[in-house]
Amino acid sequence: MSATSTSVNGNGKYKVIGTRPIRPDGVDKVTGRALYGIDMNLTGMLYGQILRSPHPHARIRGIDTSKAAALEGVRAVVTAKDLPPAGADEVISLVEGTFRLTHLRSNILAGDKVLYQGHSVAAVAATSLHIAEEALRLIEVDYEILPDVVDVVAAMQEDAPLLHDDLTTQEFGEDSGKKSNIASHIQFKLGDLEKGFAESDIIVEEEFNTASVHQGYIESHNATAEWKTDGQLTVWTSTQGAFGVQKQTAGILGIPVSKVKVVPMEIGGGFGGKIPVYLAPQAALLSKLTGRAVKIVMTRTDVFQSTGPTPASYVKVKLGADKTGKLLAAEANIAFAAGAFPGSPIGAGAVCVFSCYDIPNGLVNGYDVVLNKPRSAAYRAPGSTQVNFAVETLVDEIAEKLGMDPIEIRLLNAAEEGMRRVDGAVYPRIGCRETLEQARAHEHYQTPLTGPHRGRGIATGFWMNAGLKSTVTASVNEDGTVNLMEGSTDIGGSRASIAMQFAEVLGLPAEAINPMVGDTSSVGYTELTGGSRVTFATGWAAYEAANEVKRILITKAALYWEAKVEEVRFEDGDFIHASDPEKRLSFKELASHLVDLGGPVVGTGAVDPDSGVGGSFTTCLADVEVDPETGKVKILRFTMVQDAGTAIHPSYVEGQMQGGSAQGIGWALNEEYFYSEGRMKNASFLDYRMPTCLDLPMIETVIVEVPHPQHPFGVRGVGEASIVPPPAAIANAIYDAVGVRLRDLPMRPDRIFSACLEKQAATVAT
Amino acid sequence: MSRKLYVNTTINGEEIEFLCEPRQSLLEVLRDDLEMTGTKEGCNDGNCGACNVIMDGVLMNSCLVLAAEAQNRNISTIEGLATPQGLHPLQQKFLENASLQCGVCTPGFLMAAKSLLDHNPDPTEHEVRHWLAGNLCRCTGYDKIVRAVCDAADVVKETA
Amino acid sequence: MATVWIPSQMQNLSGGIEQVTVDGSTVREVIANLDAIHSGFRERLCHEDRLKPTIAVVIDGEISSLGLRQKVSPQSEVNFLPAMSGG
Repeated sequence: MSATSTSVNGNGKYKVIGTRPIRPDGVDKVTGRALYGIDMNLTGMLYGQILRSPHPHARIRGIDTSKAAALEGVRAVVTAKDLPPAGADEVISLVEGTFRLTHLRSNILAGDKVLYQGHSVAAVAATSLHIAEEALRLIEVDYEILPDVVDVVAAMQEDAPLLHDDLTTQEFGEDSGKKSNIASHIQFKLGDLEKGFAESDIIVEEEFNTASVHQGYIESHNATAEWKTDGQLTVWTSTQGAFGVQKQTAGILGIPVSKVKVVPMEIGGGFGGKIPVYLAPQAALLSKLTGRAVKIVMTRTDVFQSTGPTPASYVKVKLGADKTGKLLAAEANIAFAAGAFPGSPIGAGAVCVFSCYDIPNGLVNGYDVVLNKPRSAAYRAPGSTQVNFAVETLVDEIAEKLGMDPIEIRLLNAAEEGMRRVDGAVYPRIGCRETLEQARAHEHYQTPLTGPHRGRGIATGFWMNAGLKSTVTASVNEDGTVNLMEGSTDIGGSRASIAMQFAEVLGLPAEAINPMVGDTSSVGYTELTGGSRVTFATGWAAYEAANEVKRILITKAALYWEAKVEEVRFEDGDFIHASDPEKRLSFKELASHLVDLGGPVVGTGAVDPDSGVGGSFTTCLADVEVDPETGKVKILRFTMVQDAGTAIHPSYVEGQMQGGSAQGIGWALNEEYFYSEGRMKNASFLDYRMPTCLDLPMIETVIVEVPHPQHPFGVRGVGEASIVPPPAAIANAIYDAVGVRLRDLPMRPDRIFSACLEKQAATVAT
Repeated sequence: MSRKLYVNTTINGEEIEFLCEPRQSLLEVLRDDLEMTGTKEGCNDGNCGACNVIMDGVLMNSCLVLAAEAQNRNISTIEGLATPQGLHPLQQKFLENASLQCGVCTPGFLMAAKSLLDHNPDPTEHEVRHWLAGNLCRCTGYDKIVRAVCDAADVVKETA
Repeated sequence: MATVWIPSQMQNLSGGIEQVTVDGSTVREVIANLDAIHSGFRERLCHEDRLKPTIAVVIDGEISSLGLRQKVSPQSEVNFLPAMSGG
C-alpha cells in the first residue's frame, strides 16, 4: 500500500483543530440506524411515481389520466393543471441564481411542452409502488414531436429549434431583446488583448468539448410530503439545503414559506445536485388531494435522465506567452449547455478560466445555452472543471514547446495576492504558488516515472469560497456538554468540523459537543451545504456562538463567586478569578453549578460572512499507463495538493480531496451522457461507468495551509477545488505517455486509440 | 384470492415470517415491510452494492433477490453486524479511518467487506479492491475504505 | 473617491472607460454618483432598491452580502461580478 496522506495540525496553534476525532454521527451510519430521505416511512403513507417524457422535445396536445385514476389502489393523479399559474416576470432568487417561476414550475410538471427526455409530465399516488408504476402506463399523453437539439454549439445557431418562445439573451443586466437559445452572455476584459498577443512569441489556440456528466450520488432523489388540512405542509427530503427546498417548494406551490416545514434527512451525497427540488411539489400536491403522506423516490434511470448533469461544454482558448514562458494574453469563448432552462454556471466558468494565472491581457466570452437536456445543476466547483481542462492542456503545450518544466511555467505565472483577475477582482492572500511548490517538492514528482506507454501530467485548479448565511445555536448542559443546533445538512462530516471549531473556542474536547442538524422550524436560517462554505461559514457561526457562551459563562462564574464580571477571565479552558487564582473552574465544573446561577446558557452565532474572491487552489499529479492495444488508461499514481487554509479535521479534508479526485478521474476517462437521437442511452450505473475502487490507486493528499485572511481560524472551503484539475492532468499524462493530445472529455479508450492510430499514420506518411 | 406469499426465513439469527407479493424484491420487503432500512437502495438493478446482504454465506444484491427466495435462508444484514457488546472491527475501522462521508453506501460496503473477510481473512490491497468493485462510493475515492478494510482484517486475524 | 471597475458589458454606458472614480460612502451612493456621470448604470445594476439578483458587488476583494448598503471607503475598489455560489 502506498504512503499515507501527509497532513498538518492547524499550523500547531490549536488543541482541537487539526485533530481527528470520530465523527458524532458515525456510529449511526455504520450500523444502518441513520435515517436518510429514502428511509422515510409514515403511517398510511402512499407511494408516488412520476410519468416522464420519452421525447426530447414535444408539444403536449393533451393528457388523459382517467384510466390511471380508475386503477384499483390509485388515489390521485396530478399534472401541470394542478399547479398555480405564474406570471412571466415572477422570479425566485436562490443563492445559486435567479429563476423564473414559470421555468421552475414547468420543470416540476411540464405545461404545454416537454423539453427533454425525462421531463416530468404527471404524478400518481397509490397504495403501493407497483400500483403507482402500473398507473403510469395507463396515462395517455398526446405528443406532437418537435425538432430537438442537444449539442451546445448547434443550439446557439440562428436556425436551431427554439426551446422557449419568450427567451431573449441577457447581457449582464441588460435584455438584448433577441430571441435565442442563448439565455445569457457574459464578457470580461482586462488590459489590451491585441497588444498582448502581438508581444507573444508563442501562441496556442484550440477547441475543447466536454460531455454532460452526473454528480452520481448513491442515494436517489426523494421527497415525502404531508399536507395537513390546516394548510401546513411538511416535507422530509434529502437536500443540500432545507431552507432552499422550503423557498422553492413554497414558490412553486404558490404558498407562503411559513406554511412549509422542511425536515432535512441524512443525505446520501449531493455534490451540487441536491440543491434543486424535483419531487417535493408533486408529493405535496398528491398529499393535498389524498389527505395522506406521499413518498416519491426516483429510479436511478430518472436520476440520470431528469436531474442535474453538469453542463456539457464547448471551450475555445487562445494563450500567448513570451519565450520565457510568461503568459501575456488569454482569450476564451465558453458555451455551457444549461439544459432545458437557463442557469448554467457560466459566470463561474468565465471567472475560473484564467483564475490560476497572472495574465495582464484577457478577454472571456461566456454563453448560457438552453437545449433539450435536463436542466443542469451545480456539480462540485461548477463550471471550473470544463474550462480548466482547456487552459491547463494549453499551458502544458506551451511548456513543452519552450522546453520548460510544467511546474516551473505554472510557478512563473502563478496567481498571487494583489493580482487582478480577468473579471476585474483582485486576489487577497491565496495559496496557488504554495500548492505548486508542494507538488514540485513531493516525492511523487521527484521520482522518475519509467516504463513504456507511461506518462506523468500535472494541472492546477481553482474554486471559490462562498460565504452566505448560517446559524448555530448552542445550549450548555449541566454535565458540561453542549448541544449544538446547526442548519447545514451534513454530507461529508461537517457536524464534526463545526463542532470542533466550537470546542476550540472553549477549550473543550470535540466529544463534549453534540451537533445536530435542525429543520426549518427549529434552527435559524441557513443557506445550502455547497459552495465550499459549510466549514467556513457555519464553522464561523459556531465560533460566534461559542464566544457568546463564553461571555455568558463568565457572568455565571462571577455570580458563582459573587464577584464582578471584570474579575473573571477565561484562560486555557478554565474560568479564573483574577484576584484569587485559587478560584478556578473548568467548563464542566461551572456547568455543574448552573442549576442555581439563573437563566440557561444559550449562545447563538448568526453570520453572513463576506466571502473573498480568493478561495482554494489545487495542484495534482497523475501518472498513467496507456494500453496501446485498446486505448485504455490506467491510473498508476495520483497525488492531490490543496490549500485548506486551516484543516479543521484533516481526515475529512483528505476525504474531500480524494473524493473530488475520483470524480475528476471519472469525468476525465469514462463518464458521459451518451446521446442518440436526443435521448440518453446509458442511464444506469452499469452503463454510466463511475470509477470503482478497482479503477483507482490510493489517492495521496498534501494539505497546504495558507490561512484565509478573514476567517477566525483561517479556514478555506475545501469541498470542490479537487475535482478541477484531474482531467487536464490526466490529458497531459496521456500526452506524455503516447504523444497524443485529447481535446474532448471523456478520454475514452476509442478516442485515445483513434488518436494513436492517426499519429502513427501521420508518422508513416512523413 | 390470495395475492401474497408466506415466507419463513432467518434474518440476523432471528426467525422471521412475512407475507410478500411475488414481484417484491428482498430489498423492498426488508426496507418497506420489515422496516429494516439499514440496507440501502441505490439503483435497484444490481449495479451499486448499496443493498448488499449475505445470504447463506454468499454476498448478494438484495435488489436482485425476490423476497420469496428468502424462504428457509439465513440472511445477514447491516443491522446484525454489531453486537450489543460493541461494533464489528470493520465498523470501528471505518470510523477511525473516516471511511464514510455521506454514509449511504457504507452498509453495503460493510457487508461486502464482511463477506470478503469471511472468505479471505488476509486480503491484499488488490484483493480488497477486486472484491469491493461491485460497490459504488461517490464521496471518498475509496482510499479510506480500502485502508479500513485492511486494518480490520488485521484486527480480525489477531482476535481469531 | 472609490474606484469602480466597469464591467466590459457596461462600458457602453461609460464611453468605453473601464475605471471611474466616484464619491460615495455606500454602494448605493457610488451607483447613484456613477449614474449621474454616466446615465444608465442604476438601471443596469439595480432593480428597485436592490442590486439585481444576478449581480454581486465586490469591495476590495470581498464579495459583500450587504448589497447597496455596503460601506465603501475612499480607497475602496468596487467590482461588479455575476452572482455565483457553488456545488
